[in-house]
Amino acid sequence: MIGSLWHYRDYVRASVARELRLRYAGSALGALWQVLSPLALIAIYTIVFSGLMKARLPGVGDSYAYTIYVCSGLLAWTMFADILTRSQTMFLESASLLKKSSFPRSCVPAIVGSSALASFAIVYSVFLVVLVVSGRWPGVVVVAAIVPLLLLAFLALAAGVFLGIVHVFFRDVGHVLAIVLQVWFWLTPIVYPVEILPAAYARWIWINPVTPIVQSLQSIFVQHAWPDWASLLYPAVLTGALGMLSAAMFRRQAPWIVDEL
Amino acid sequence: MKGEIALSGIGKAYRQYDAPRDRLVEWLSLGSVGRHRSTWVLRDVTLHVARGQAVGIIGANGAGKSTLLKVITGTTRPTVGELSIDGRVAALLELGIGFHPDVSGRDNVLIAGQLLGFSTAEISERMDAIEAFAEIGAYIDLPIRTYSSGMHVRLAFSVATAIRPDILIVDEALAVGDAYFQHKSFARIREFSAAGTTLLFVSHSAAVVKSICHRAVLLDGGLLVRDGSPDQVFDYYNALVASRTLRHEISRSDSEGTRSGDRRAAVEAVTLLSSGTATEVVRSGDPVTVRIRVRALQAVPDLTVGFLIRDALGNDMFGTNTYHLEHRRFDLAQGAQFICEFDIRDMALGVGHYNMSVALHSDMTHISGNYDWWDRALTFEVVPGRAPHSIGVVALDVSCRMAATASS
Repeated sequence: MIGSLWHYRDYVRASVARELRLRYAGSALGALWQVLSPLALIAIYTIVFSGLMKARLPGVGDSYAYTIYVCSGLLAWTMFADILTRSQTMFLESASLLKKSSFPRSCVPAIVGSSALASFAIVYSVFLVVLVVSGRWPGVVVVAAIVPLLLLAFLALAAGVFLGIVHVFFRDVGHVLAIVLQVWFWLTPIVYPVEILPAAYARWIWINPVTPIVQSLQSIFVQHAWPDWASLLYPAVLTGALGMLSAAMFRRQAPWIVDEL
Repeated sequence: MKGEIALSGIGKAYRQYDAPRDRLVEWLSLGSVGRHRSTWVLRDVTLHVARGQAVGIIGANGAGKSTLLKVITGTTRPTVGELSIDGRVAALLELGIGFHPDVSGRDNVLIAGQLLGFSTAEISERMDAIEAFAEIGAYIDLPIRTYSSGMHVRLAFSVATAIRPDILIVDEALAVGDAYFQHKSFARIREFSAAGTTLLFVSHSAAVVKSICHRAVLLDGGLLVRDGSPDQVFDYYNALVASRTLRHEISRSDSEGTRSGDRRAAVEAVTLLSSGTATEVVRSGDPVTVRIRVRALQAVPDLTVGFLIRDALGNDMFGTNTYHLEHRRFDLAQGAQFICEFDIRDMALGVGHYNMSVALHSDMTHISGNYDWWDRALTFEVVPGRAPHSIGVVALDVSCRMAATASS
């Protein structure tokens, strides 16, 4: 599976490049849109929460801390949701290609994952630039962000491959995922800090594997502190297990997907 | 050896579910509950093609040609059977796979080539040759939505055949576009074939197959029924098409067959099964099952079920019943239903068209009480099997020995 994917690496790379290019093809500002949408998001959160509502994080004096808190979690969540939503339809969307051509099936998740990560890299660089410009650059701890971000991407891809395959056979998956993602978002401490939760609920929020990932990012960007590495062990083990399950399922079902499209 | 194709016992079935819920039940039960019906589109196809051979694949629509080619290209996996395909396969079944209308011809060449498994470097190296072969001029740098369909085909063909494959699969239906480019593309196909590429060529045109291929195979009802020189196979194919047309006319004038009897019990359906699937085409020498579904409208004591096979001229070929097969004193209550299956271990009939009549009666023959007699309940065709060629209505299992004797 890995070997044939490596042989098709040029195809994967070119497909990702073409997808990014075509997304803004025919628009005057082109790739600038890729930068403008996260900028708008950051601006809205700054104006509404830090400016109008004067939201403050418990124990942090900086008036912009809440904006940074929300953005560090929200941008990562957007990537997570993006990979999940796109991978659950990826096999159905490449139906005509899969039916007519015999390229390695593992190219499909590889392209979806890489292109989501590539557009996320652009969005995140905007965020980092804003941090520098506003004088809130976290310093050397920023390199640690790569770990929770990649972990989150792999978690999404592992779950996405699983959903993508099931979706081919059961079209109900699409409806289910939309609802699950909405609930999941609010079950993750992204717009609210864990501290505001009553102790009885705060315990349960750690069952959510995205919680420690988002918390690591928030600690890097808000507190400028290294993340609590031990807390990432649970999502890492879960991602590994889910990844193995998805890979096994993919290997078993990939040849039969085409018969259902 | 590169370019060799070996298929043995290839079968392909598509699963059909009446409702999506049925599939869920199957999945959740981990396969212990079966809720699907299998439709076999390819059955027991065994084919060996040596390197450099050019084989024409013919057959009516729905005979299984496309599925066979998809199996060989690896787009779909067979349900049963073994296949070994040696070397790189290029398939000209549908041109322009992976093309995007908003991208320039040059970029599309790149991505279509990558989709075929080539590296960027390999395609860039051949870009000039591809451009030259397609002869589309300055259009190469324009988005391909501006192309005419002819230009589209030219570019797609040029990419697909930019590097000589070990196995080339061509669907003649692609030979669209102008006569000039058609000649040019046939010349390239011939060139590849001469250089050692194995060629599988799908066509309805006897002239084209005869001019390109040394061998032809005929698919019918998912079975590979003929394998030989293009001349022989096309003769058979034409005869088959003619007899189908004839049979269709006969069956339209007399579709149901005649039925008689007091209907105390009735035959509800008669099916011929080959490897578990209902069929009207049976290979000579293959095992088949005759399945008869019966319902008793009144209580019937001592029921006998029988069948009779006749040839197209009405001559009795073979008949027997449950009485003679030692299944006697089978009593049915009113409203009872059952299925009676006759397993024929070896369909020892010669190639041709046959029909089957079924009967329900009591005791040994229908004279002692006829419930339902259904003439020509089904018609079927016997096609050549694995045995050597023979003529006549029976397929005897023959071998021979020859030895020189001392001359006196």
